[in-house]
Amino acid sequence: MPGFDFSNYNRNAALHAQGVPLPKATSTGTTIVGCIYDGGVVIAADTRATSGPIVADKNCEKLHYITPNIWCAGAGTAADTEFTTALISSNLELHALSTGRKPRVVTCMTMLKQHLFRYQGHIGAYLVVAGVDPTGYHLFTVHAHGSTDKLPYVTMGSGSLAAMSVFETQWTKKLTKDDAVKLCSDAIQAGIFNDLGSGSNVDVCVITDEKTTLMRNYITPNVREQKQRNYRFKRGTTAVLNEKIITREEISKYVTVHELDDPSVSAAAEKMDVDS
Amino acid sequence: MGSIFTAAPPQSGPGYSFKQTPTTVPEGTRQHGFYPYTDNGGSTLGITGADFAILAGDTRSTSGYNINTRFAPKLFKVGGADSRIVLSVVGFAADGLALKERLDTIVKMYRYQHGKPMSVAACAQRLSHILYQKRFFPYYVTAILGGLDEEGKGALYSYDPVGSYEREQCRAAGAAASLIMPFLDNQVNYKNQYVLGSGEGHALQARERELLPRKDVEELVQDAFSSAVERHIEVGDGLQMFIITKDGIEEIYKPLKLD
Repeated sequence: MPGFDFSNYNRNAALHAQGVPLPKATSTGTTIVGCIYDGGVVIAADTRATSGPIVADKNCEKLHYITPNIWCAGAGTAADTEFTTALISSNLELHALSTGRKPRVVTCMTMLKQHLFRYQGHIGAYLVVAGVDPTGYHLFTVHAHGSTDKLPYVTMGSGSLAAMSVFETQWTKKLTKDDAVKLCSDAIQAGIFNDLGSGSNVDVCVITDEKTTLMRNYITPNVREQKQRNYRFKRGTTAVLNEKIITREEISKYVTVHELDDPSVSAAAEKMDVDS
Repeated sequence: MGSIFTAAPPQSGPGYSFKQTPTTVPEGTRQHGFYPYTDNGGSTLGITGADFAILAGDTRSTSGYNINTRFAPKLFKVGGADSRIVLSVVGFAADGLALKERLDTIVKMYRYQHGKPMSVAACAQRLSHILYQKRFFPYYVTAILGGLDEEGKGALYSYDPVGSYEREQCRAAGAAASLIMPFLDNQVNYKNQYVLGSGEGHALQARERELLPRKDVEELVQDAFSSAVERHIEVGDGLQMFIITKDGIEEIYKPLKLD
């Protein structure tokens, strides 16, 4: 029998009459895309992170490392995409070590979906998995509930409709690398400008047989403008209600103190990205 | 990755867990939902000076994560061509438009009937009454009314959706009000600023507030909006400013970021 399957219609109507609500669509506040071309695969993402209507991070990284030849773009809950990709990356490295082979993209995708399915969608990670392995170039999407797709071009996140509109009008078979990068970055920009959940810059990652190139901030169409006025306060503007000076000698009783450029300090802490 | 706090569906309702699923049909009449309001985002702001008032608002109209249009003005001249009163409305755009139409007609009728323009103070009180008339089905808007008072000084009145109002020096409203208002408190009313060496601790003298010149206010407004655009997703596209002086109402449009 062709067409849709309506066998659950009566059950769902009965449930709905009893007060069970219709399934709710989830938005994820991101645009991520991927596209296969002749000779490799490209993935791209915007760089906005939000909490409600507030922009939490203007330049976050949504392109995650899995193995040197497999990368992942993540939408959904920030912590979930971060930890899920890190866990699978770690397990794939052990897998590669024990098999003595390069990990395959399908392996990565299967590990992700099995992990996510076990948690029944409570791990809110929506991923685009891309990579090159001995069997070829691969591109997948993995949803939080564990379903996957294998397609030549994919989009995810709240900007997925805007991005997909670009793919559906511009995509052709036999793309060159430059075509694919342009197509992906255009799709991300469609998300950046037309979806409020997406914004700021475009990150792109190109994976070929030879190498992987991560192009962080490939396009920056949203540079912050110069302020009209100077907001430097005169010294003494802020009220000082009390003051206590702790000398180096005093604090040395409890902790070790080093001068900032002390050569005896071996490793400096890793520097974090800071908005200038 | 977009939302730090998850966009997973809320688990408060019955959901699909059969443990929680109600098994009986509710008795009696069923209540259906009626949601006549939507929030169209955006922000407005007003500041007054000695002989002018500036009202500003971004021109983006949103619903959810979508942009309805990049140019939907929130600022309206009220009372005809030679008017000196501007109304700004933010919140539910349809109610804003309806409110502006009502007030505009009233101010025009006042002129025809009395042969003189309505004062800002009178217009402000009338607007309060219009809002309170709909106390139990409110206009879902935060309004700011600007103009010049009878002495020619800048006048600004701010409202809540049901008509409580107050004359102020400056006010921010709408989606990014909580981002802009503290900036205005500090830069216009010099809150938390003290005079250097005027005392110790609590004895310090607060910096005296003064009326700002027009150029400074214009710059403050633009900076307030360019910052709000950076951190609020519903603010952007364009900035519209109305500057009300004795010579008329000057309009300035500046583009804002589109993302």
